[in-house]
This record gives sequence, structure tokens and C-alpha cells, in this order.
Amino acid sequence: MMLKGVILIGGPQKGTRFRPLSLELPKPLFPVAGYPMVYHHIEACSRVPDLKEILLIGFYQPSESLTRFIQETSQQFKLPIRYLQEYTSLGTAGGLYHFRDQILSGSPDSFFVFNADVYCDFPLNEMLEFHQSLSSNTRFTMLATQATRQQSVNFGCLVEDKKTHEVRHYVEKPQTFVSTTINCGTYLLSNDVFKYIAEVFQKQQDELFNGSMDTLTYNRDTIRLEQDVLAPLAGTGKLYAYTTTRFWSQIKSAGSAIYANRHCLELYHKYHPERLSKNGEGKPKIIGDVFIHPSAIVDSTATLGPNVTVGVGVCVGPGVRVRESILLAGSKLEDHCCILHSIVGWNSTVGAWSRVEGTPCDPNPNAPFTKIEGDTLFKNDGRLNPSITILGRNVTVPAEIIILNSIVLPYKEITFSVKNQILL
Amino acid sequence: MKALILVGGFGTRLRPLTLSRPKPLVEFGNKPMILHQIEALSEAGAKHIILAVSYLSDMLETELKVQEEKLGIKITMSHEEVPLGTAGPLALAKKWLSEDDDPFFVLNSDISCDFPFKEMIDFHRKHGKEGTIVVTKVEEPSKYGVVVYDTNCKIESFVEKPQEFVSNKINAGLYIFNPAILDRIELKPTSIEKEVFPNMAQDDELYAFELKGFWMDVGQPKDFLTGMCLYLTHLRNTAAEKLAEGPGIVGNVLVDPSAKIGANCRIGPNVTIGPGVVIEDGTCIKRSTVLKETRIKSHAWIESSIIGWKCVVGQWVRMENVSVLGEDVIVQDELYVNGGRILPHKSIGSSVADPQIIM
Repeated sequence: MMLKGVILIGGPQKGTRFRPLSLELPKPLFPVAGYPMVYHHIEACSRVPDLKEILLIGFYQPSESLTRFIQETSQQFKLPIRYLQEYTSLGTAGGLYHFRDQILSGSPDSFFVFNADVYCDFPLNEMLEFHQSLSSNTRFTMLATQATRQQSVNFGCLVEDKKTHEVRHYVEKPQTFVSTTINCGTYLLSNDVFKYIAEVFQKQQDELFNGSMDTLTYNRDTIRLEQDVLAPLAGTGKLYAYTTTRFWSQIKSAGSAIYANRHCLELYHKYHPERLSKNGEGKPKIIGDVFIHPSAIVDSTATLGPNVTVGVGVCVGPGVRVRESILLAGSKLEDHCCILHSIVGWNSTVGAWSRVEGTPCDPNPNAPFTKIEGDTLFKNDGRLNPSITILGRNVTVPAEIIILNSIVLPYKEITFSVKNQILL
Repeated sequence: MKALILVGGFGTRLRPLTLSRPKPLVEFGNKPMILHQIEALSEAGAKHIILAVSYLSDMLETELKVQEEKLGIKITMSHEEVPLGTAGPLALAKKWLSEDDDPFFVLNSDISCDFPFKEMIDFHRKHGKEGTIVVTKVEEPSKYGVVVYDTNCKIESFVEKPQEFVSNKINAGLYIFNPAILDRIELKPTSIEKEVFPNMAQDDELYAFELKGFWMDVGQPKDFLTGMCLYLTHLRNTAAEKLAEGPGIVGNVLVDPSAKIGANCRIGPNVTIGPGVVIEDGTCIKRSTVLKETRIKSHAWIESSIIGWKCVVGQWVRMENVSVLGEDVIVQDELYVNGGRILPHKSIGSSVADPQIIM
């Protein structure tokens, strides 16, 4: 048996809710617990013995950061990884269809498809086992999880047959409640999915040329995997759901990155205990789960954690406090400063005794299956929602000021305290 | 000579500090507010000081007993059963104030300045009239009642919140009067500023004495801090040896000898640290007063705040914007207090992001 993994990484027009952090780095390369988001997908793939190749599909221009990431990760996992660039945004199924020959080369038995903007403790081997237990040869397995009744409508909702786990009904972001079982955006597809995508493609092209499609408002190239391909397959005996109760979260906003970061660090206890920092003589004080990149310099009088990731080459000065935050590569924290619920951008500096603080936007931990909110930046009355604080790349925060619930765009030199603002 | 200090009521404007002790005993520059006045009066030759109070306080009486002995003067409490305003207390204290023909001082208790009592006596004797009001210059006269006087300093009129400029001098709340003034005042609630002074001015009996140095009404937290800055600057010019020096001390800082300051701190400018206070390592304090036996933990940052007695401020706490902690308040680690007024014996477990009172 041979399998492949396909990760849909999107492009620069996507992931806008992740700004300003996605302005310069493709969002899938944003680090969660010290490793790029998509690294975690790749690592999960590497635990599936028969998975022989990983394809990243998206419409980012090839960049040094992406190329280097692919090279390094490929070497580390001894797995071929290739980036296939779409000529435009083709949609989740359109991208697969465009590169179908690449996916089918070497005749895999079936292939995993991932949306890159989720963080999950992927149960890929379990999903595969389930997939293989299905009788039909034409079979598509969708990873599913539970949501609250209220939040389910923000996701793709599915109704499954309790015994057979066949998906009886599927609808993307319904207006009214359908089911608390939601689509995780991770699939295991057998090759003949292309037959169904081809049908959608043909139909769209026909409509285009016989004039029944409005080409101004409709992108002729886009085919969506969920709505256009899988939804019609519900109830036909081909689409199945494998439900997991493991951790799963979308990473749409920067706030959800901190949430995902926490769970990823927690999972390091299971997969990579060596990545978690420990207390010791001459070392900074560590509370809970903390990841410190080996190249970072952290003063022994600093206190970090819980849920802190310290990136490449970060410098943390004496008496600094960091909690529930991500410090991106090259950032510098000067003496006694305090960073809470924030993301400090690449090469940004926070001055002595300054305070950078955001408001946590975690889901309610007491309500089971609650997901992080769809988190819009503004309330209905136009005011900024309290959010985590984000400092973009190369932001300078002087000494002794406070940045509270604010988003600071890159290359900004701040001179006074800022609260509840977006600084352009 | 005698002096009457108008202490008045509960000092509500200076709450939550005045919930724990009477306002005259709240330390300003590491010394109870009233002692600044009592000591200056004693030095100017006052032998009998009368405190006009509208409440009774054992704490205050005990403290004043100590001062009586120390300074060798007599201190009397004149207790108003009903608040008598700013003039009524003079009538109530008539039996002491009219014992002889000497002029006597009257002062509001919230005033911080370089008290010019000796110069006032000279000035008062020179013009020979019934009363002298000390006046001080302000930048925005339209916010106050101003005093208009001629080149001989004889007061012509008082104008409340002038819309157009007539004078930039305001009543500083320090006076010297001849006992004759007592004939103008009945024993009932009366305002000396509104009901007595205008008549005296009309009779050509009132003169203005211009104050040279700093002046501040420190009766509320914001002005308390401004007044403290002025007071420390004054100390720098007159008694620099009282101010702290050393590593980590910036500008004018007053530190009680029993206070402990850790390493890598930055204290100042304009900070007063009371007795028994412990400032842990890596703390930054600016433009603030820290009262007796409080502990400020490591890496905290405090600006423009008054920290009451026996408080504990946690690590990495940020406090600013005229925050005031009452007695025995605990602010837990890593919190942000912005303009919070925290009542005594309270433990704060979450940030106060916007100015508010925490009961």
C-alpha cells in the first residue's frame, strides 16, 4: 500500500484575519509551539508508515522561506515534499484537480488532504484503519469532531449514520442548526475522487460556454471540495465520517494561534517531552509548558510560562515576565518588561518595565466542545473587540509604556502608551 | 501667638486613605500633613494651636499630645457639633482667640507650602489693619476665585471664576487676623471667603500678602502628588541633605532610613518612601508616595500613585494614573491598575484597566 499527503496552504489573499502576522510570512509557516503550522501536519504524516510523499498546494509565489522550510523538513523526515503552485486560487478541490497527475503519480491507494490552517492531534493511523474497514472501494473519509449547538453553524455540519458512520447529510455553515458534528477539514480520499471533481469541472465549463454562468461574479476556475464535491456525495454510501475527540482548532486569527500554541505544547508531553523547558540551577524560572528555541538567550532571572514559545534568536533580559505568549524570531525583551497574552513580532523590541498585554480569547473551558470564536476584529457597534496584543515585525516599544489590547502593524516605532487600538 | 487650623470633616476627597486615619495624620512627605503646619507655626512663635474639627478622633488626640510635649506648645481641639463652614469655627474658638490683643493665624489644613508665618506677621503689623490674606499666583485664574488689590496690597474685591482677566492671584488659605474680626462673625455656619472677606475689603481692613514659594491644596490625590513634587523640589533647594542619593535614585526622592530598597531599582523622580517600606529588586517607581510598612515586589512599575499603609504590590504589577491603595491592600502579581481607588483591606485579583473605585 502507498499513501500520499496533500496540504492545502492557500495564498496571500487568504488568511487576512491573521494580519499583520501574515503580511510578510505565508501564514502556514507561522510557528505554533516553535514549529511552522504545516510542520505539525507533516510530522503527523510522517507517523503514517505507508505515506511516501507530501505535496503542498497553494498560490504563494515561491519564496526563500518556503523553499528552505521544505528542504529542511524533507530532510528531517526523509520524506519527499514538493510545493505545487496554482496559477490562481483554484479552490480546495480545484487545486487537487489541477495537480491530479502529480497526486496520482506512483499510484497511491488513497491520499490525505489537509487544510493548513487547523491545528490538530491528527489521528491519521486510526482514520486510515477506519477507511480500510469500509467495504466500498470508492470511499471518502472525513475527519469530524463535536462542537456546541450554538457554534456548529460556523463550520461544515454533517449528520452521520450512528452504526455505519456514513455521512447522510452535509451542509457548509448552515444558517440554522443541523448537527453538532462538524467537519475538521481533514480527509482521506480514494483516487476516484477526481472522477467526481471532473464532473463538477465539466458542468462548470459547460455552463460557462452556454452562457448560463455569470462570469463576472463567479470564478470559473474555483471548485470547492466541501460544497461542490463532497456535499452531493452525502447519502450515496461513499462518504464516511471518522469522529475524533482529540484536540482540534482552526487557526484563523492570531488569537487562536496562542490557543493552538497552548495545546501543541501540551501535546509535547506526549510526543516530544524533550522540547519542553525544565527548571534548574542557573536557568530561568519555568511555569507550566514552555518551549525555548536552543538559539534563544533567556536570562536566568526571567520567569516564563505557562504557554510560552520563545523563537529563534530571541533575547529575554533580566527580570522579564512572559505568560501565554509567543515571542517570534529575533525579538528582544529588555529588563523587567511584562508580556501577557501577546505575540511579539519578528525583531521587535520591548523596552524596560514596559507592559504588553492582550485579552485572552480562549473558548470557555467549562463548556465541552466549545471552539474559539470566529473572532471578528470589530464589534457590531464598530468598536475594536478586546483581543490579544500583536506587535508586527520590527516594532519598537520604548521603556515603561503599556500596550493593551492593540494590534501594531510592522515597522512601527511607538512613543506612548496605546490601548484598544490598531496602529497603522 | 495663637493659630487656628481649619481641619473640618472626614477628608472624603482623600479617600480611601482617610478611611483608615484622619486626614491630618496622612503622611505628606513622610510627615503627617498637620505637622508641617504645627511645626512651622511653632517655629514662628505660636504657643497655642487650636484645631477646628467636626469629628473626634483618639488617634489624632494621641498624636497631638506627643507633639505638645515635643514642641512645648499647647494644642486644643475645638469640636464643632455641626459643621460651621470656614468662618464659624472662629466664633466657636472665640474664648481662646480673644484672650489677648495679639493677632492670630488661621489656615486651611490642606495647604502645602513654604509657610511664611514670620513675614506675614511683619507685613500685618506694617499695614496695621484687621486682616491679611496670603495670595498665590495661578496659571488659570478662571478656575478659581481671584483677589483684586491695589499697588499697596489693599484688597479691593473678590471675583469668583472670572471670565476676563482681572487678577491671577488667589486666596491661598492662610490668614492673619486681629481679634477684632471676631465681632464680624456669628456662631453659625458661615463662609469666611464669601460672607466675611467682602465686607472687610469694603471697610479697607484687608490686605494681600504675596506668597513667594510653592503652594498647593493637597486635599485630593491628584493634587497630593503634584504638591509632593513641589515639596520635594523645595527640599532640594532648602534641605538637600534630607533627600536620598545613590545608585538607582533619580531626582528628588525622600526615603525613610528604615526603608529597604533592593538592587536594580529605579526610584524617582519625585518619590516618597515611608518607614519600614520594602522595595524589592528591579522595581521602578516614579512620582508616587509609598506609605509605611508597604512591600513593593520585584519588577513592579508604579507611576503617579499613592500606596497606602501595609500594602503588598505584587511582582510585575503596573500601577499608574493616580491609583490610590487604602490601608492593607494586596495587589496580586502581574496586574494592571489604572486610576483605581482601592478601599482598605482588599485583595485585588484582576486588573483595573480603567479608572474606578474598588469597594
